[in-house]
Amino acid sequence: MEGIKDKVAIVGMGCTQFGELWDKGHKDLLVDACYEAFEDAGIEPKDIQMAWYGSRETGFTGTQLANAIKLEYIPVSRVENFCAGGTDTFRNACYAVASGVCEIALAVGVEKCKDHYGGFCMDILDPFDRSMVEWELPPASQFALLATRYMHHYGWKYEDFKRILSMIDVKNHHNGTMSPKAQFHREITIEQAMNAPMISYPLGLYDACGVSDGSAAAIITTPEIAKKMRKDYVLVKALALTNGAGQAVMQPEYNFISIPETATAAEHAYKEAAITDPRHEIDVAIVHDCFSITELMTYEDLQFSPRGKAPEDVEAGTFTLEGELPVNTDGGLKCFGHPLSASGLRMIYEVYKQLQGKAGPRQLKKADMGLTHNVGGICGFFNCTVALFGSP
Amino acid sequence: MVGITSYGAYVPLYRLSREAVARGARGEKAICNFDEDSITMAAAAAIDCLTGLDREKVDGLYMATTTSPYKEKSAATIVAMAADLKPEILIADFAHSLRAGTSALRSAIDAVKAGSAKKVLVTAADCRLGLPGSVYEQNFGDGAGALLIGDTNVIATIEDSYSVYNEITDVWRSDGDTFIRSWEDRFTTTHGYAAAVSAAVSGLLKKTSLKPEDFAKVVFYTPDARRSADVAKGLGFDPKTQLQDPFFNNMGNTGAAFPLMLLAAALEEAKAGDRILLASYGNGSDAFVLQVTDQIAKIKARRGMKGHLESKKVVDDYRQYLIWRGILPIEPRKETVAFISAPALWRERDANLRFRGVKCKVCGTIQFPPQRVCTKCHSKDQFEPYRLSDKKAKIFTFSMDYITYPVLERPVVNVTIDFEGGGRALLYLTDREVEQVKCGLPVEMSFRKLMVRDGIHNYYWKAIPARA
Repeated sequence: MEGIKDKVAIVGMGCTQFGELWDKGHKDLLVDACYEAFEDAGIEPKDIQMAWYGSRETGFTGTQLANAIKLEYIPVSRVENFCAGGTDTFRNACYAVASGVCEIALAVGVEKCKDHYGGFCMDILDPFDRSMVEWELPPASQFALLATRYMHHYGWKYEDFKRILSMIDVKNHHNGTMSPKAQFHREITIEQAMNAPMISYPLGLYDACGVSDGSAAAIITTPEIAKKMRKDYVLVKALALTNGAGQAVMQPEYNFISIPETATAAEHAYKEAAITDPRHEIDVAIVHDCFSITELMTYEDLQFSPRGKAPEDVEAGTFTLEGELPVNTDGGLKCFGHPLSASGLRMIYEVYKQLQGKAGPRQLKKADMGLTHNVGGICGFFNCTVALFGSP
Repeated sequence: MVGITSYGAYVPLYRLSREAVARGARGEKAICNFDEDSITMAAAAAIDCLTGLDREKVDGLYMATTTSPYKEKSAATIVAMAADLKPEILIADFAHSLRAGTSALRSAIDAVKAGSAKKVLVTAADCRLGLPGSVYEQNFGDGAGALLIGDTNVIATIEDSYSVYNEITDVWRSDGDTFIRSWEDRFTTTHGYAAAVSAAVSGLLKKTSLKPEDFAKVVFYTPDARRSADVAKGLGFDPKTQLQDPFFNNMGNTGAAFPLMLLAAALEEAKAGDRILLASYGNGSDAFVLQVTDQIAKIKARRGMKGHLESKKVVDDYRQYLIWRGILPIEPRKETVAFISAPALWRERDANLRFRGVKCKVCGTIQFPPQRVCTKCHSKDQFEPYRLSDKKAKIFTFSMDYITYPVLERPVVNVTIDFEGGGRALLYLTDREVEQVKCGLPVEMSFRKLMVRDGIHNYYWKAIPARA
C-alpha cells in the first residue's frame, strides 16, 4: 500500500491572529487566512479547483467558505472531526490532489468560539446521547482523568507531578512570547502555574489552553507544480487519523496512562514516512497541548520518551526551544488558544514556517522534518491526527 | 396469611443541623441531596426492600407520595424501572394525602388477599417543604420506606385493619404552592391528628377485642416530636415502653413515607410473636394490627432504618440546604446546551433507568452502555442484559471540575469505575466529600436526578462512596 509520502506539497499558508476577536466574524477570519495563503503562494482565488472547510461550531456546509471568499461553483466540503478537524480538513484536500482529481486545493479551518457563551458550545451529539445522561463534556475533566491515573500509576505525589506539568506550561508561555499571532505573550513562573486556581483536579488554570477565535489555511498542490511555484515548498510525508470506538470506557484493560488513538496514529504516520527513530529524526513537533497532561502523555505516545519517562525529559529540558526535540515552538494551544477546527492548520503553519526558516525569533537551527498532532474528544472516543512534513 | 414479607428504607446521607436554621434548635433533620427527590428515594427504599429477593417474582408496585416531581405522569413507573421490575405488573400511584402510604399498603394487602397479585411492593417517599423559618421546616425530614406484601414467607401478618376519615383543613398545599400551609396548631391537633388516630385505634381495638397491653409496640405517625406520645397515652399505651421512636432528633417527619419507615424500624427490633399496632394520619387514619412471625429471623441483612440513620453527614450551612431545595436561586446556565429527546429517553430506558448493560454471549465482556457490536470480539447482536445497579465497584480514575455545571455541585466529580465481576462505567460521584475521593475508593450505585429541562425530570445512576 502506497502512502501519501512526497505526493503533495504545501505552497502557501495563512494564519490569522488568534484571540478573543470580538470585532471579527468567521467570514472575516476566512478572508484573512485565505488571502494570506493566496499571497504566499502567488495565486488568485480563481486558481483554487477544490476546497475543504473545517468547522465544528462555526457554520454548517461548505457554502460558508464559498461565500466568504466568493469561490465560483467549485466543490467545497465541510469537515468536522472535533479537535482533529483542522488536520483532517487538510488531509482530505491532500488526498484529492494525490488522486489527481485536482491540482490546486485549498484547506481552511476556522472557529468563532467566542460567539458562544464561555467559548465552547455544549450542544454536542454522539457520543453524548440525546437522552442527556452521559457526562457533559468539560474537556478539562476528560484530560484530568488521565492526569489522575498517570499520577496514581507511577506513584507521583501531587506536588511533584504538578511541578512537571507546570514546567510544560512555563515552556509554552515562553515560546508564546515570540509568536506575534498568539493569544498570550506573557512569561509565567512555575509557582504561578502550581498555585493557580483549580479548573478540574488535578489541572489548574495554567494547565489549560485558552479559548480563542482564529483561522488558518493551506494551498496544496503536486510536488511538480510546487517546484515551479517556489523553492521552499513543504512536502507532506505522512497523514494519519485514528478514531476511538469507546474501547477505553468499555474495556477495563485500558489504563488511562496513554491515549491509544495517539499511539496508533503515530505508528501509522512513522510507517508512512519511514521514520524509525522519531526522537532523533524529527526536528520540531507541534502537539496538542489542550492541557499540560495531554502534552506530557503525547511525548510518550509519539515515542519521544519511553513509557513513564516523559517527566524526566521535561526536567532535562528536552522539549524546550534549545532542547533536543523542541515541542510547541510557537507556544502551542497554551498560547494560541484552541479554535477547534483551526488549530490543526495553525500547527501546520508553524511547521511550514520552521521548515522554510521563517519562524522569526523562535526559528530552530535545524528544521527539516516536522510533526503536527491533534487529539480531541473524550476518553475512549478520541479523534487523533499525526502528520509529518519535510523539506524538499 | 397475607402480610409483610420484606421491608426496606432510605434516609438520605445528609442531615441538616437544626441549630443551623434557628439558634438553640435541637437535633438534625434528614435532607435530600440536590439530586434526590421522592422518586429517587422510593427507588432506593424499594431496592433495600428487595435485598436477596428475586425481582422477577414481584408483580405489583405502588408508589405513594405528596411530593411527586410530576403533576401528570406516573412516578411509580420510574420507581419500577429503577428497581428493575418486569413490565407486566400492576402499577399504581397514590398521592395527595399524608395517608397515601398506608392507603397503598391497604390496597396491596387487599390485592394479595383477592388473588390479583402475589407480591406487591409498596413504596412511599416524601420531601415536603416548610416555609423558611417555620416549625414545619424544622420538623420535616426526607425519606422513603418500602414494604413487600405477599402470602408466603411472611415476617409479619396483617391481622386486621380499621380506617376513618375526617374532613378538616388542617395542613394543605394547593396547586402552585411550594410550601405547606396550616391552621393553628391547637385546632389542627385536637380535631385533626389526635381525633382521627384515636378514632381509628379505638375502632380497631374494639373490632379485634385487643387491649393496649397486648401490643409489643405501637407505631404512630406524628406531626411533631411529642403528639404521638400524647395520643398513645390517651389511648392507654405506655409511650415510654411501647411507642416506636419517631426519630425527630435525627430524621424528622417524612410525610406519606413516615408510617412505613417507622414500621420498618419497629420490624428491625421485633421478635417472633410480637404484636404491632400501626396508625397513620392524613385527613383520617388507617390502623393495622400486625403479628410478627418466626420468619423474621430469616430476613437477610440490609441497611434498613438503622443502617441509613447511622450513615450520615451533617450539613451545618443553612444556605446550602436552601440552594439544594431551589429556595435560593443560583446563577443559571447561559451556554447553549442540548435538549432532552423524549424518543431517546424511551429508547434508552433499560440502560438509563434499569441501569442494564450487556454481556457478550461469545466472549463474556460486560459493556455499558449496551452495544450492538462487541467491543472485544466484534460479534454482532450476541448480547444478554446485565444489571449493574446492584453491583459494587471501585474508582479507577477521576476528575473534579470546579468550573462546570451544575454550580451547586462544584466540584463536579467524574469517575471511571470498574465493577466487581466486570464492566466499566463513567458516572458522576455524588454524596461525596472532596477529601475522600481517590483511586480505588469503593462505590455503590444510586438512582439520581441529573437535571430538569423543559419540565422533564431526567433520572440516571450515579456512584456514591459505599455507605457505612
